[in-house]
Amino acid sequence: MLRFTIRRLLQMIPTVIVVALLIFVIFSVVPGSFAASLIADGRADADPALLARLNREFGLDKPLYERFAQYLYDIARFDLGTSFRTRQPVVDLIEARIWASLKLAVAAMAFAAAFGVPLGFIAALRPGSLLDTSTMIGAVSGLSMPQFWLGLLLMYVFALQLGWLPSFGYGDGGLLHLILPAITLGLTPLALLARTTRAGVLDVLNADFIRTAHSKGMSNARVVRWHVARNALVLIVTTVGLQFGSLMGQAVVIEKLFSWPGIGSLLVDSVAVRDIPTVQGTILVIVLWFLCINTLIDLVYAAIDPRIKQG
Amino acid sequence: MYLRFNLVVGGLLTALVILGGVFAPWLTSRDPIMDADLMNAEIPPGAEFWFGTDTQGRDIFTRVLYGARVSLTVGVVSQGINSLIGLMLGISAGYWGGWWDDFVNGLTNVMLAIPSLIFALAVMAILGPGLSSLLIALGLTNWSWTCRIARSSTLSLKSLGYVQAAQTVGYGDIRIMASQLLPNMVGPILVMATLGIGSAVLSEAALSFLGLGIHPPTPSWGNMLTDARELIMIAPWATIFPGLAIFLTVLGFNLLGDGLRDVLDPHMRTRKV
Repeated sequence: MLRFTIRRLLQMIPTVIVVALLIFVIFSVVPGSFAASLIADGRADADPALLARLNREFGLDKPLYERFAQYLYDIARFDLGTSFRTRQPVVDLIEARIWASLKLAVAAMAFAAAFGVPLGFIAALRPGSLLDTSTMIGAVSGLSMPQFWLGLLLMYVFALQLGWLPSFGYGDGGLLHLILPAITLGLTPLALLARTTRAGVLDVLNADFIRTAHSKGMSNARVVRWHVARNALVLIVTTVGLQFGSLMGQAVVIEKLFSWPGIGSLLVDSVAVRDIPTVQGTILVIVLWFLCINTLIDLVYAAIDPRIKQG
Repeated sequence: MYLRFNLVVGGLLTALVILGGVFAPWLTSRDPIMDADLMNAEIPPGAEFWFGTDTQGRDIFTRVLYGARVSLTVGVVSQGINSLIGLMLGISAGYWGGWWDDFVNGLTNVMLAIPSLIFALAVMAILGPGLSSLLIALGLTNWSWTCRIARSSTLSLKSLGYVQAAQTVGYGDIRIMASQLLPNMVGPILVMATLGIGSAVLSEAALSFLGLGIHPPTPSWGNMLTDARELIMIAPWATIFPGLAIFLTVLGFNLLGDGLRDVLDPHMRTRKV
């Protein structure tokens, strides 16, 4: 198990390097430097000396490969550079906001799992019923809903009209401010979970060992609890994990909409002012989060099912 | 029953959006940008303005119709680019194997690790807002699933023997890929593309909403919502209709994609019954 864990962790490294390279290249092929764009935006006069000084300050005058090597070296030391805008270390900016993002992701996922899994399960046990049909129509609608629009509507009804909940912001970090963004963000994973759970349970229900269990006289409730639930769990855990991993990326628009002080809104704000180091840093953190969760899912599997370790 | 429901409703919704976008100038006599009239600002939906008017007194119905053009262009063109990239990489990786296969696999894994919207956001940050940057940003970032499907289809087709037969007859590699492999995976690729158009429409709306996609005054459902958000208390209809348009469009493509999959994939069909 230890060897598998180490191997799986080492496998992450090349992916991280390639992702870093990709992010780095994208932002380095920009025609014209950041300093030039500052000047073009009318924030400074086109003074070549100033331009050179700005480029030197941000290390933009060195050749590309040297900058990439430096960039990788810095990442390895958890140094993501200095923000062009605030001139603070990017790591500090991210650290100040990552907890809010994690909180939102956990709340959204908890909401999605609490409703999505039971709905999908019940729907699969009565295929073709009214509940099944309405769950599936609801799920495909949930997957087609523009999240920020749903957020706007929820904000309008529950915050502005009824006044039950605060419409935006983080407040004192309490539960009240969390409810609307978490529901908004959780809707897509909820719909997806309902669908996958239903499909997974239906698959298991059609399996031979379920018929065997029934034919040896096992009660229906016992079959469902003992065989169906356990076998469908693998698929459910995968979906929950994958969704949880990508939630940080999905949260970008929602965080911006609700003025939630997470790394998603940091990313959007930084993109708007072309604060490249912060953009690179936040994207890297979002990708790392996804990779770590994926690796974790693999490790959990290996713990459950020893066959995976050999593969 | 359910099978046909998906196809019919999805097809109807999709047809509605396409017709609305294509025939926009004939369906409305107003102009989406120029017909601003502050005397008509924030009028609720009624006989004259079916969907009401916005802060600048522009007819929301007209703007929603013209917005369909932007959404459909972005959806279809960017997904076209994605399908093309995915097919070329996937088929060639499965066909040639070796280091090229390893390379494509690695690249696909990296692309899967970066959420498409985040990647598109980064590309938009560099290219700046606008239609052409949107097409590039969304067209280069969502091909990984198509690529995977194309690769695995190629691998299973290769084991069937008629690729070998074609080689024996003297067909070149490119000809085999285009004439033997490609036609045999049209079904699943088409399903992926239909679903992909829906997600591209969603991404476009989200990016435009954030001010990083289509810029006003060109009407896009996403940027209409940015303006509408400010006056949601006075004119909720300005928020409701563009959002509804996004929702129904994406729902249409999703249902159509699901319906196509049900029809094309016999495994799924037996399970549904």
